[in-house]
This record gives sequence, C-alpha cells and structure tokens, in this order.
Amino acid sequence: MTEFILQDQPKVVEPTIFGLSSPGRVGVSFPDADVPRAELPESLLRADLPLPELAEVDVVRHYMHLSTFNYSVDSGFYPLGSCTMKYNPKIDEDTCRLPGFLYTHPLQPIETVQGNLALMYTLQEWLKEISGFAAVTLQPAAGAHGEFTGVLIMRAYHKSRGDYKRTKMLIPDSAHGTNPASSGMIGLEVVQIPSDARGNVDLEALKAQCDDTVVGLMLTNPNTLGLFDEHVEEVIKIVHECGGLVYGDGANLNALLGIVRPGDLGFDVMHFNLHKTFAVPHGGGGPGSGPVGVAAHLADFLPEPVVGIIEDGDEEIPPLYGFVRPPKTIGRMKAFHGHFGGGLVRAYTYIAMHGAEGLRQVAEHAVLNANYLQARLRGVYPIPYDRICMHEFVAEGRIEGSDVRALDIAKRLMDYDFHPPTNYFPLIVHEALMIEPTETENKNTLDRFADAMIKIAEEARTQPELLREAPHKTPFGRMDEVRAARELVLCCWLPEEKDEA
Amino acid sequence: MTYIPITPSEREAMLATIGVKKVEDLFAVVPAAYRFPKLDLPPALTEMEAAAELGDLAASNETVRGDLISFLGAGMYNHYIPAVVDHILRRGEFYTAYTPYQPEISQGTLQAIFEYQSLMCALTGMEVSNASHYDGATAAAEAVNLAYAQFRGKRSKVVVSPTVHPQYRAVIRTYTQGMELTLVGDDPQADLEAGPESLAGFVDEDTMLLIVQYPDFFGRIYDYTNLIEAAHAKGALVCVVANPIALALFKTPGEMGADIVVGEGQPLGIPLWYGGPSLGFFTTRKKFVHKMAGRLVGETVDSRGQRAYVLTLTAREQHIKRERATSNICSNQGLLALASAVYLSVVGKQGLRQVAELCYHKAHYAAEQLSKLPGMGLCFSAPFFHEFSLCLNRPVEEVNAHLLEHGILGGYDLGQDYPALKDHLLIAVTEMNTKEEIDALVHVLAEVAHD
Repeated sequence: MTEFILQDQPKVVEPTIFGLSSPGRVGVSFPDADVPRAELPESLLRADLPLPELAEVDVVRHYMHLSTFNYSVDSGFYPLGSCTMKYNPKIDEDTCRLPGFLYTHPLQPIETVQGNLALMYTLQEWLKEISGFAAVTLQPAAGAHGEFTGVLIMRAYHKSRGDYKRTKMLIPDSAHGTNPASSGMIGLEVVQIPSDARGNVDLEALKAQCDDTVVGLMLTNPNTLGLFDEHVEEVIKIVHECGGLVYGDGANLNALLGIVRPGDLGFDVMHFNLHKTFAVPHGGGGPGSGPVGVAAHLADFLPEPVVGIIEDGDEEIPPLYGFVRPPKTIGRMKAFHGHFGGGLVRAYTYIAMHGAEGLRQVAEHAVLNANYLQARLRGVYPIPYDRICMHEFVAEGRIEGSDVRALDIAKRLMDYDFHPPTNYFPLIVHEALMIEPTETENKNTLDRFADAMIKIAEEARTQPELLREAPHKTPFGRMDEVRAARELVLCCWLPEEKDEA
Repeated sequence: MTYIPITPSEREAMLATIGVKKVEDLFAVVPAAYRFPKLDLPPALTEMEAAAELGDLAASNETVRGDLISFLGAGMYNHYIPAVVDHILRRGEFYTAYTPYQPEISQGTLQAIFEYQSLMCALTGMEVSNASHYDGATAAAEAVNLAYAQFRGKRSKVVVSPTVHPQYRAVIRTYTQGMELTLVGDDPQADLEAGPESLAGFVDEDTMLLIVQYPDFFGRIYDYTNLIEAAHAKGALVCVVANPIALALFKTPGEMGADIVVGEGQPLGIPLWYGGPSLGFFTTRKKFVHKMAGRLVGETVDSRGQRAYVLTLTAREQHIKRERATSNICSNQGLLALASAVYLSVVGKQGLRQVAELCYHKAHYAAEQLSKLPGMGLCFSAPFFHEFSLCLNRPVEEVNAHLLEHGILGGYDLGQDYPALKDHLLIAVTEMNTKEEIDALVHVLAEVAHD
C-alpha cells in the first residue's frame, strides 16, 4: 500500500484561481454605457458577487501552468482502449472557428445560414453512405446521448405498432456501461448476455432470451475485446426473428470505415462518435458529438429537427436547405441543432479530406497497429481471447511470478512517458488492459511502447515495489481517493476555505 | 489526405510480425458479401482545398458580427468573449486530453474543473456543481432525473412553468417518456401575466419537482422565494433554470432557497456556434450530491503530500452502476467548462457585473424607445433583465422580414409557442449592441409602425 504523508497543510503546487485573487484587480474592462442608466430593482439585487479578481497575465500563467500537468495526444502516445485517441488535425481547429460558423445564431432565418445547413445536410449524407443507414440525425451531443436517442427510437417503433409487451433490452456482458444506463433511463429491464470462449455473443444464451418481450439487442461490434463477432449476421437474425431491433454501439466504428457498413449487416440503428472516429478532439472529457443513423423503417422516429431540402435547386441555383420534422418523431434531444461548431464542422473537414480511400486506410492502419502491438506483447502478457483483433485488444495485467496488478502496470507506464491503456474494462477480463493504438502512430512509437511494456513485465518480477509505488517521474503521485470521497471538498469559494495560497 | 505516419516498408515489417501476408487478411472475419464496400464520397481534399471549401461554406452565412445587427436571443446570446479564452482553449494539453481518469497526469484538467465547479457555486449561490451537462435543456432534464431518484416512485408529478424555454420543456418531455411521471403546469394557454405564485396551485404532496426559469423566457425577473417556500411546504424540490449573466446582478436562486440550479453556460465565454456545443451547468445542495448525475471533482492529496484533485463519487456513474446509474452521461462539455472558467476568471467580479449592467441598461433603453412607437408596447410590466416582449401591430414574420432587409436580425416570434402572444416579438439586447444599433432598430420599426 502506498503510504500517504500526513500533514495538516498539503503542499500547494498551483493555487486555485480564488487563491490568486486580489481585491481590485481587473482582467478585462468593458466600455461605459452609451445609453442612459436605467434604475435597478433594489429588492431583486444580490449583495455580493464572490468571483475572483485577477489581471489577464495572472489568468494566462495560471492556466498555462495547469496545462503542463496534463498528458495529451499532442504530447504523446495515448493508447486508451475504446476511446480512439487519434491525432486531431490542426486544420479542424481553424475551420471550426471560421467567423461564419462562430457567429451564427441557431434561430436565424434559414435563408441567412445556408452554409451551415448545407454542411449539416452533406454530413448527414456522408454518414449515411459510410454506415449504410437510410437516415441520420446530427442532434445528439455525445455517444451516450446518441444511445439514449436510439433506445427511445426503438421503444417508439414497437409502440407505434401496438406492441406494448416489449420491455427487455439484451446487452452483452462486454458492453460499455452507457448501454445499460441508457436503457435504464427509459425504464427497460436489462438482461445480460454472456460471451462465448472466443469473445463472441453466446448464441445459445441469446436464443434463450429472445421472445416477444424483447425491445432489442445493443451490440458493440467490434466489441470491447476488440473482436469482430464471428457470427454477427446470425446474432442479428436471431434478434430480428423474435421481433427485436438491433442497436449498434458505434464507439468502435474506427475499425470499420470502408471495411463494412453496419447498415448492410442488418443493424437497425447506430450512433456515431464523431469525437472518436472522425478526430473531433476529446477536450478533456467533452464535448463529444453522437449522431444517430437508422434503417428506413425507423427514419420517421428520428428526433426533430433533421436537415432537409426545402426547395430543389438546379444547375445554377443551389437547393434551399431547412429543417424538417420527422412525422413520428420521439421529440427533441437537446436545445437547437446539435454540436455544430465543435463537432460537425470538424468531422466534415476530416471526412472531406479523407475521402473513401482515406477512410479505408484509417481503419486498415488502426487494425494493423493493434495487431502489431498484440503480436509484440503476446507471450509477455496473457491475452485471454487471442485471435486477430480489430482496432484494439485486451491483455491481462498479470505477470507470472509477481503479484503486481494492472493498475501498477498502468501507473508505471507513465514513468516511460506513455498514457496508460484503459484498465479494469471490459469487466469480463480480470486485470484488463485494453490497448487501442489508433492509426496515427508510427512503428517507432509502437515499438517504444512495446519495449516499455516488456521492461515493466521484467521489473514486476525483479523490483515489484517500483511498480506499486509508480508513477515516480510525473508531477503528482498516486491519489488518496478515499479521502476525496470522505471529505467531499468539491468547491473552494466559501470564504472560510478561501485563504490557501 | 490522411494523417497516417506508417510507411509501406514499415507496414510490410509489421505484417510479417503479425504473421499475415497483406492488410486485407486482417479482415477475414468480416462477412465477405459486405466486405470492402465502395463508398460514394467526393474525392479527398488536400488541406489547402479543405480550408477553401470550408471557408466558402462559412462565408455564405450571414453572421451577427459584421453582416447583421442582432437582437435575437431566446436561449443563446451574443456576448463579447475576451481573446484570452480561446488562447487557453487552443492549448493541445487541454483540448487533446481525455476525461481525467488518470489523475497523476491530468491535474491540469482536474484543477480547472474544480475551479469551474467553485465558480458556478459562487455564481448560483449553491454548494455543489458537477462538471457539466450537454446544454441548459438537458441539464434541466437531469434535474428531473435527480428528483425522480430522490423520491423513488413515491411522487409522480413534475410542475413546469409555461415560461420555461419551449425547447427545454420539449427536451424534458423527450427525456421523461419512459418514466412514470406526469408533467403539469406548462400549458402555453396559461395566463402568462400571472406572477410566479400562480404555479403554487399545481404543487401538491404528489409533486417531486417544480421547474421555473430566471429570468423567465420573456426576460422577466421574479423573486421566487415565496414560491419556493410554498413548494417546500409540500415537500417538493425546486429547480431554477438561470441565465448566468443575470446572476451577476440579481439575487441568486441559492438565496431564494432553490434545491437545484441549472442553465445554459453559453453566455460565459462560449461562441454562438449555430447553437452548440455549449454547456449545461448544474448546481445543487450538498445533501443531493449522491443523486446528482455527471462527473464531479474533489480535492485530496497525493502520495507526496501535495494537494491534488480526483474524480470522486464515481459509484453514481454509468461505468460502475450501469443500468442503476442516475444518468447515462459519459462525455460532457469539459472544454467548454474550461472556457467558462477562464471567462469568469478574466472578467472577474467587476467585469461580469459590468457586462450584466450594460445588458440591463441597453435593453431598458431599447424597451423605452420602442414602447413609444405607435401601435407597439411592452407586453409585460414585471422587471426584466436583457430581454423583453414587444407587442406589434402586425405579424412578426412580416416585421422580421422588413428588419432583415435593413440588415437587422429581429427577435424571436413568440406566437410559435404561445398562441396568446401572436404578433409578439422577443427582443434581446447585450453589451454588444451599441446605441446606434438600438436606434437603427427603433428607426426601422418606426417605419413599420407608420406603414
């Protein structure tokens, strides 16, 4: 166990923004009012506004200093499984900040924002083509939001057919936590389906659950083991035969671009993660963007509004784009039209630059890189489902002759200047280390990472304390998470907690 | 073009290590009938060509900076964003990082979120803030989730004021369609002139949550203290949907006794961006923290005795609790929470008050000038912040079209959502609107009035 140094006053590496405040300091001023001052309603005013007071230079240095404590894709290899931490092209940062995009209001008349609407319409069309679906909504704000949209659509579809018995959602045991949580949000009963020995959906277990109470199956393919289900068509057929629908969790779509279209395989609905597959940066936790594609029989249920052509164009005049309300819409998922600037513009830029051939190369190299790393680590770390993987694979963080855990290996990787893989997920692998290199890493980087993993396996046998106390070379060591949950200091503005610097 | 840095010879070496002959062999498991579809996409562009194409698309829009004078608000507002905000946001260390699951190498993001939480608590007068929701509307829907979890089926009613943003009410309806609850109170035919106390009649012992907006959709400011007290007397929780700029001037919902405060964070340093991404803030009382959705950062120490931050109370969240989680939220609006934190830090105590006062004075100047026009008048008499409802003597559509011909983006047509407010225009004025712009609006509307 790591020993925590008990001190009354922990060392402060960087004061909080409140701790840096000094009364009377000004960061930015605004012009004086050019209109007469109106009377303020005294009884409705607040007494004090306890915000910090800093100069611009203080603010810049504070956040610059904080930024140096972060590991990021721009600083190094970030093989975080299921998160697709690929390089984020810089041009996307510029296109999404073009003034024409930044300074348009979501409620402007459509005639004044045809550029935005043309972009959205085209992106809908491209996503349809890439995925094989009949219709797409760009509204969902993130992957989980897209899942929620999808399960609402599935539920509405059954109800529209007078089929009220269906209350059960089937979810494989390797699924992301958002799948059951999204189903739980609309009150569905979640039934877990086990995986078979090769990491596929267990067909017998699936058949046993398929009856007329099934809303559908939420399937991630490739799954979170990084494996393409060997019986995917059969799985889909079994669910369809009992009247259920099949939801595709598109988190792992990076492996399938130009390789296979989920719509062609028979999926009924799927969300895209523009912030994974199409290089929208993750922003330290968001914003994401989670468009949803559906097969033709579900198109009428999409959330409102979708972008359509209001008046056809001809050779000289472009069409007039506008908003369309799907006839049986589940409603609105968020205010306005989705993550336009941060999500849709960047994804459009990315797809426009890749084209069909480029997207296929993305998937091919993502899969090549993952299989290469798997091959290099085979024999060093156990690989419980050992076959050709897709864009990621899962190893066990166990070393013969050592009691170190996946967590220790993950923390030790930081000393070699790598971001650790996802650990302890998927839940069906003990001490899981889920490794997704993405296509934007070169062979040297992969080799350096594999060498570090091999070295760490050796250290685990010879100097296990080196791992148990890692990381050593990072600006911060392991955290006392119990203390955080026990003391629940969630806010630093309260006057009595304010003087810290 | 692609961003793949692997050379053909490296690829050959890697394939050999894997033990396959060609890349296609890695995909043998994919059903052959559907393998390698030919995608019908336009030819790939170089960076230079993409920059030009996107530039053309953007340029074909008419913006509220340069092309049009805007008086459009209704949930998203044209405010000034100090230069420093985007300079911080463009740091790759922030925007190319993932959710801070590895705290040893994510203290930048974690401390920034902790400060964001603190700033939002200070602004709303509450005790706890999460790390953000997708937008104001989904944050309001998550308030219903909190109340639903709190009462565990013992109460079945949510009262929503008809003066909550129409799109927020629509989102709440979408989110709750699988829940055993009924929404009442948001009748667009309701008496919109009636004060907030009129809602108290809807709140009873079966009510889990009351939702009001502050300022309301028409820009009006009410002190909800009595209403909140009445709701509490029935055991119900109260959620206030607040505009964060207004909170620089006016009594906080916390002071009024609110249990949950949510809202759209876009006014705090986030561009309009045609409606997103923006930020939904969510603050509450400490006693509800275990029922709150979303990520939460707490203070702790590391093994070296340094003060540090971690994601805490994660057992509430989907990756641990799966179908029993309070919400399915995973990705949030992290980078925009950073934008708001930087905005509030640099604008600070004086600056935010200044922004709010400028909005207030300019909106009141506009209202006063416009209400002098023949056939026009202010629809409501209650105090307002930076948005007000103007009654016209002809259809809003016609008036807005006329304004647009003069380069003015008129307000929001209230008749779309409220039949009683046919021919009513919701006008927003911010610090960005100069006196000349307001005078131009008055001038063009005067022409309309005299037509």
